[in-house]
Amino acid sequence: MVEYLPIIIGVGLAFIVAGIIMLISWLMGPKRPYRTKLTPYESGMPILDASRKRIPVAFFLIALDFVVFDVESAFLFPWALTVRNSGTTEFISGITFIVVAVVVGYLYVYLKGGFDIYKGNSENVK
Amino acid sequence: MDKKLPVWVRAQDNYAGKVELEHDVDIPTWIVDSSVSKELLSDLYREEKFDMLLDLCGVDYPGREKRFDVVYHLYSFSTGKRLRVKVPVSEDRCEVDSVVDIWKAADWFEREAYDMFGIKFKGHPALRRILTHEGFVGHPLRKDYDPGKRWQLEEDKIYKPVFLNLPPEEDSMFERMTINIGPSHPAMHGTFRLMAVLEGEVIVDSDVEIGYLHRCFEKMAETHPWQQVVPYTDRLNYCSAFINNVAYCKTVEDMLGLELPPKAIWGRMVLMELSRIMDHCVCNGTTLVDVGALTNFWYFFEIREEIYSLLTKCFGSRLTVAGCRIGGFQHDLPPDFIDLCKHLLEIIPPLIEDIDKLVTHNRIWLDRSVGISAISGKEAINWGWTGPCLRASGVQFDLRKNEPYYWYDKVDFDIPVFYGGDVYDRYRVRMAEIKESLKIVRQLVEQGIPDGPYAVDDYHVMLPPKDMVYNQMESMIYHFKLIFEGMRVPPGERYGYLEGANGELGFYIVSDGSPNPYRIKVRPPCFPIFSTFSRLIRNQTVADAIITLGGLNIIAGELER
Amino acid sequence: MNEILEALVKYAAILAFMLGVVAPVMVWVERRGMALIQDRRGPNRVGPFGLLQPLADAFKFIFKEEIIPAQADKVLYLAAPALALVPALTTFTVVPFGPTFNYAGKEIKLVVIDSDIGALMFLALAGLGVYSLICAGYGSYNKYSLLGSLRASAQLISYELSMGFAILAILVSTASFNLLDVIDYQNSMWNIVYQPLGFLVFLVTAFAETNRVPFDLPESESELVAGFNTEYGAMKFALFFMGEYVNMTTLSLLLAVLYLGGWQLYPGWTPPEGIVGAIIGVLITLAKVIFMMWLFVWVRFTLPRFRYDQLMKLGWKVLLPLSITNLVIVTILVNKGIL
Repeated sequence: MVEYLPIIIGVGLAFIVAGIIMLISWLMGPKRPYRTKLTPYESGMPILDASRKRIPVAFFLIALDFVVFDVESAFLFPWALTVRNSGTTEFISGITFIVVAVVVGYLYVYLKGGFDIYKGNSENVK
Repeated sequence: MDKKLPVWVRAQDNYAGKVELEHDVDIPTWIVDSSVSKELLSDLYREEKFDMLLDLCGVDYPGREKRFDVVYHLYSFSTGKRLRVKVPVSEDRCEVDSVVDIWKAADWFEREAYDMFGIKFKGHPALRRILTHEGFVGHPLRKDYDPGKRWQLEEDKIYKPVFLNLPPEEDSMFERMTINIGPSHPAMHGTFRLMAVLEGEVIVDSDVEIGYLHRCFEKMAETHPWQQVVPYTDRLNYCSAFINNVAYCKTVEDMLGLELPPKAIWGRMVLMELSRIMDHCVCNGTTLVDVGALTNFWYFFEIREEIYSLLTKCFGSRLTVAGCRIGGFQHDLPPDFIDLCKHLLEIIPPLIEDIDKLVTHNRIWLDRSVGISAISGKEAINWGWTGPCLRASGVQFDLRKNEPYYWYDKVDFDIPVFYGGDVYDRYRVRMAEIKESLKIVRQLVEQGIPDGPYAVDDYHVMLPPKDMVYNQMESMIYHFKLIFEGMRVPPGERYGYLEGANGELGFYIVSDGSPNPYRIKVRPPCFPIFSTFSRLIRNQTVADAIITLGGLNIIAGELER
Repeated sequence: MNEILEALVKYAAILAFMLGVVAPVMVWVERRGMALIQDRRGPNRVGPFGLLQPLADAFKFIFKEEIIPAQADKVLYLAAPALALVPALTTFTVVPFGPTFNYAGKEIKLVVIDSDIGALMFLALAGLGVYSLICAGYGSYNKYSLLGSLRASAQLISYELSMGFAILAILVSTASFNLLDVIDYQNSMWNIVYQPLGFLVFLVTAFAETNRVPFDLPESESELVAGFNTEYGAMKFALFFMGEYVNMTTLSLLLAVLYLGGWQLYPGWTPPEGIVGAIIGVLITLAKVIFMMWLFVWVRFTLPRFRYDQLMKLGWKVLLPLSITNLVIVTILVNKGIL
């Protein structure tokens, strides 16, 4: 495990570097805040509506699709490592998994419209 | 129709004595009593096929019993006729029926007339100020409004959006969010404010606020002598300032009955076509920037830059050239004018070709623009569209061909028409028009500069040459009179129009014989086009709305005057 | 203990190179390249050929006012730029950048972490980038930021999938997760020839993962002002920017390693043993990386950008099936002994 130390260091460094850089610019830059400057930017007008609202469900759908297929690909990683040096059984079982789980699953989601984000719009656009 | 009112008007009892014909005017003019105006206008729409409302404006005559005139300019695509309808209203009963349900174009025009004159339009869906600030008091184009008056801006009086077509909120996948796009937004070319109700990223309804760039050009024009209005016209459509100059000067020249020398006409035509190329370059270039294709923008702007160097040679300035004078040009054209034009004709086509190769058949650009914000020709006419945007919807209407002015009937060119009515076809129309304009310039350049003076030889209009002023008494008097009093235009009115880069650019000018214009109303081509914006972007995404705006070529200077 | 020291030295060296050389030079190349393509001059005032322009920019950023919007969620808001640096500062550790050589009787590998699960490690670390976008969008209490960050996160995870499948196909043919083995495998022929489809998918996803045109929707300037980083000014903005450039470099390096044979000049030619050979190898890799980076710039100034639903359509309906097809083809070819 010790060889992965640079990654831990990298993560720590990211925060330290970012912190230092922001601190420097905080110290060097002018500080003249006032109310209007600190409001969220909405093309220079007072905001019309709350900015934190329910996130559209479409994004949740995409996230679910991602999880499904990512897990499937995670199953495939160990298999991928061994398929070259192993026999027909492993090959066939892997291909079967791809066809049954990935392809059929993909087609199912496709036909159900799981990939059509903003479908309401694409119908409108000829 | 020219000498007498048509039969269907005379036959109906309710029009008896309420519709009159005005004589000795440039286009047929009817004066209609406000009680039957709506009826008559809808009859005109039906019987005489006046399918386009070109312009609607007010004129103030404080001395009259019925103080205001509401002036409608109508155009018929099937017969090619024009008609002016005037509806006088008095100050205390300052109300006419709205015609929004006949011509959608009337929506914003009526709001403008309300804003400027306080004329109320009964039945208008949401009559409110359009060009002036929410906190404004009074109506600036009334004659008793002091042009020098100053206002303190009140920050808390902010335009409140009115969503007229908001569908009821269903329990959908999205929670609605109202968002400001503009005025200070990278894709709002100029300063417009779009308030959109979003479901996800789809705009379900929107409202537009304009007026950030309103300078009240029309009021300024009333306080300046005729010649001095010319630089103000530069600031209308600043992408093709020269065309505005010509449109204004031509109208006044027609009122004066001046015959321009050939050289002036030739020069105006060449420069107008070059300005048109510039305008189209700006429009297409910025539209492409909005979809992230940055490089084309620079190629387009190289063309523009080269044309600017020609304009600088001619008039000494780039953007706001103030090139024309009533009666011709201010100076003679530079001696190397032809060579400069030839240089332009050499360098522009390869650049256009490069852009064509880069983007015209680019798959991503096609996906982004084909079918976006499509509008049919019929609907576009109803909304008052003219120019390239209308031609992209399949209506072959170009004043250079339909009602030729200057020498447009003597040069050979085509009017590109496309039928999609979408963003892509608007882009293609402009690309094709650049090529056609080059064709016109090429023919004129081959023809060569005509000999003769560059302006009319009429010293009531143009200053006499300096050596005459110094040596002849009479010329000096002309000079003195022109400088101190300005020229006089005979009383009367005229609607002058020509094909601007963006559509029909009209100047409705009323003169009372004094040194200043009595009333100038500009019919900016993008004003009715932009009023369609909310309708166009409904049910499209924010990204589509942005490229739609680019493709419509909305110029704030012209829109808000 | 020595090994850790060695790894840290390598880490520090490559980090210094990335942040000190690659990021500023890339900024310069991007601007000058853009100017070249667009018939302009580009920055040419600061230093020779405007080379010091990035430095000037950095100074400008430092002296700008740091604004934290009043309604922002301060922790998330400030964490976002730091999180943007996390993948930038970690992903390159698993990607080799030069051939192994012997120095003073010791074998030195030119990769910070010679990991047997290098490819997996890369995917895992690159996936962390999405947190920064989410934090930035949610934290700044701005509608453009929110829309931009939602777009960005959906885009990243969608394209990550295709990228994963493309890498999977490489692993099938190499039978190892170690990226050094991937390069050794390409001795006979580079993967770009074996798996053109995979290369294409990977290239496209690389553009999408770094939010570059034509996939720059998260910050699509014309629609969402600046997307997820609308509320970020001064150095905070520069950090996002820096992260993007470092990610671009790492992905270019990975492209070179996975598909272009790493430090092979042509298939089968590896640099000679020893320190000189190693330097030559690093230079060859660098040349490939520079070419790929130029490609990023080149594409940016040639293509328009997609609309959001088109982007998702491309990701899910085109690239994902293509990458799965690629995987199946490669697996069959490997099983038949052809690859």
